[in-house]
Amino acid sequence: MSPLQIQQGSSKHSAYDLRDPYTEVLERHTLAVIVDNEPGVLARVIGLFAGRGYNIESLTVAETDHQGHLSRITIVTTGTPQVIEQIKAQLGRIVPVHEVHDLTVEGDAVERELALLKVKGKGEARIEALRLAEIFRANVVDSTLESFVFEMTGAPTKIDAFAELMRPLGLCEIARTGVAALSRGTAAC
Amino acid sequence: MSQQMAGAKGSSKMTGAKMVVQALKDQGVEVVFGYPGGAVLPIYDELFQQNEIRHILVRHEQGAVHMAEGYARSTGKPGVVLVTSGPGATNAVTGMTDALLDSIPLVVLSGQVPTFLIGTDGFQEADTVGITRPCSKNNWLVKDPAKLSETIHQAFHVATSGRPGPVLVDIPKDVQFAESDYTPPQKARVSHYQPKVKGDIEAITALVEMLEQAERPILYTGGGVINSGPAAGQLLCELADAADIPVTSTLMGLGAYPASGKNWLGMLGMHGLYEANMAMHDCDLMINIGARFDDRITGRVNAFSPNSRKAHIDIDPSSVNKVIRVDLPIIGDVGHVLEDLLRIWKSRGRKTNKEGLAKWWKQINEWRAVNCLAYKPSADIIKPQYALQRLEELTRGMDRYVTTEVGQHQMWAAQFLHFDGPNRWMTSGGLGTMGYGLPASIGVQVAHPEALVINVAGEASWLMNMQEMGTAMQFRAPVKQFILNNERLGMVRQWQQLLHGERYSQSWSESLPDFVKLAEAFGCKGIRVDHPDQLDDAIKEMLAYDGPVIFDCLVEKHENCLPMIPSGNAHNDMLLPSDEIRAIQGAGAALV
Ligand SMILES: Cc1ncc(C[n+]2csc(CCOP(=O)(O)OP(=O)(O)O)c2C)c(N)n1
Ligand SMILES: [Mg+2]
Repeated sequence: MSPLQIQQGSSKHSAYDLRDPYTEVLERHTLAVIVDNEPGVLARVIGLFAGRGYNIESLTVAETDHQGHLSRITIVTTGTPQVIEQIKAQLGRIVPVHEVHDLTVEGDAVERELALLKVKGKGEARIEALRLAEIFRANVVDSTLESFVFEMTGAPTKIDAFAELMRPLGLCEIARTGVAALSRGTAAC
Repeated sequence: MSQQMAGAKGSSKMTGAKMVVQALKDQGVEVVFGYPGGAVLPIYDELFQQNEIRHILVRHEQGAVHMAEGYARSTGKPGVVLVTSGPGATNAVTGMTDALLDSIPLVVLSGQVPTFLIGTDGFQEADTVGITRPCSKNNWLVKDPAKLSETIHQAFHVATSGRPGPVLVDIPKDVQFAESDYTPPQKARVSHYQPKVKGDIEAITALVEMLEQAERPILYTGGGVINSGPAAGQLLCELADAADIPVTSTLMGLGAYPASGKNWLGMLGMHGLYEANMAMHDCDLMINIGARFDDRITGRVNAFSPNSRKAHIDIDPSSVNKVIRVDLPIIGDVGHVLEDLLRIWKSRGRKTNKEGLAKWWKQINEWRAVNCLAYKPSADIIKPQYALQRLEELTRGMDRYVTTEVGQHQMWAAQFLHFDGPNRWMTSGGLGTMGYGLPASIGVQVAHPEALVINVAGEASWLMNMQEMGTAMQFRAPVKQFILNNERLGMVRQWQQLLHGERYSQSWSESLPDFVKLAEAFGCKGIRVDHPDQLDDAIKEMLAYDGPVIFDCLVEKHENCLPMIPSGNAHNDMLLPSDEIRAIQGAGAALV
């Protein structure tokens, strides 16, 4: 014991309070962030997530208003409710950010992702791949005698499921765009 | 490139460098703190050819940024910095981070290599916007001369609107030479960045109701009150005094409620006063006004003020529920919200819970009686607390501004010096930047040439930017460097004593300079004092001298700064001077 009754070396008495973070359920949220399409804005958004230790599960960005030079960034993130609120507030204070929408709480949203999958194979496997592609409504956008490139659009889980089925059939490469999302109905119109 | 972009508005064409200077003039800038170099020479050339804007030539760019911070914090106006590319910009990073954490409005202009060299690892090229992105509120690399003046106006708008902070405009050298049209401030587009200043009236009314009923309310105030402007401070005083609510403040907010005010509890937090921390812990209504529940304030989060309802007034929504969950957030500017709050409270008949308050004050006065700042006086060694008490006594009533470095001396200054108005106390709170105080004091003095400006320093911190004494001399800034010299990195030593088994790893100040000779070398006055009996005369000599003074006050080397809430403890679990005296007696001489 030190003279002042503080236990030595205990992290509790470090210069910082190294307590366990609140153990709470993680939630998955899809955020739509409208930003000025200026250099550095995406870096600022990503830097915020990296710098403050937030998760990015998926990130999609493109200019959606060419006249106004506005881009729409769609971010899928996970965190406790408190962290999600922080993420939104932190995004909101970035100067070139115009709007932050939490599509997960603002109502039902449509989420879609586009994937390209290259599957290599011959004989039975090749036929099976094509058959499954039809069931999943994937299009063939390139083919050789030994390969297909499938294009499919859907919810991320659907793409996961399709990729899983393709794996034993010769899946060798996959490219995904990340999630694009819009609220359903007339919201935001 | 500019020529094609220029509109046909008939406005005047000028070079980028001239636009920079014109924009600064139009923004009302009186002084720029900077250091020249290849990538900003055109701007320096323009500065040379005019007389409206004063340039303070620093000795290191970090000094320039801290000076601009001192200027900004003591005036409420944005501070302006001008640095060259590469090393000039990287030297500004610490100061910018400091300003970001303490919400100080700064506009930093940096030179950059010409646009056609960007990305080639050109001489003195650094990715300045990349490096300063996390330490700026926003930053811009201006590649198009037609956008330069508008961008500078936007930079001022962003730095000073909402929660203030540092911004940076990176200007390639060819953009400084290129000609284009100048956009005056009125025409600059700033529309989309307009943080909300009015608080939600329903929420404010709810707070009034809580306040009317509260038995044990407390106002926990922070730098936001200062940043909101002098009116916010006056409204705070009116509220506290009229509703008889005790007031405590963070390090950043000292002076917003006067230390001589009857409801003042003193600073709270890790080295805050017993009565302030106890009142925070035991209150039933906590009204956070422009503070941010920093970890130096809260102690252990899950033991933080367990039985209170908490309201939080802040202009930055991200401050709300970041650390402590509050019951009633009010997003808005402190001044605006307090104005509405007072108006509503008055219109409802100025109600308070008189009975509850009487008991609350009785309790608070018992805590006050603990006399938590007591220290063991000495007849032959200057105690740092004593030195500050004498400084306070001998400068009372003067037009005084105080800056500090970082360490024990900073906390003692916060405890023992009294501030009766805002913008008089400049200290590095959020970042805790050693080396802040000396340049900051020069920045304050530049803004207030006639005032008494004192930097309360530790010897170790002071050495970090001591080259700026040259700046003080050159620009006749009669700053008083009040060094509490314990020949230790005192705060580090204290932690090692209390928490690391008294293993004093690297916490000595070895090979210190002779500060009196150092003062002579700079051409200013040096004073050394090492006995309590000589202290008053020495301080008077310092105050009487019409120029910069380096005051080397040799103090007790092993004094601990108390009270102290060790990290991870609750507010009501403080180390008090009496504990230490008891512990020292118990453990023998180990601590002395
Ligand atoms: C730039 C920087 N480096 C390191 C620290 C860590 N630190 C905090 S206080 C301190 C000691 C300061 O010593 P001194 O200036 O003599 O003040 P004292 O505590 O002795 O009053 C140190 C090293 C810091 N705050 N800033
Ligand atoms: Mg020291």
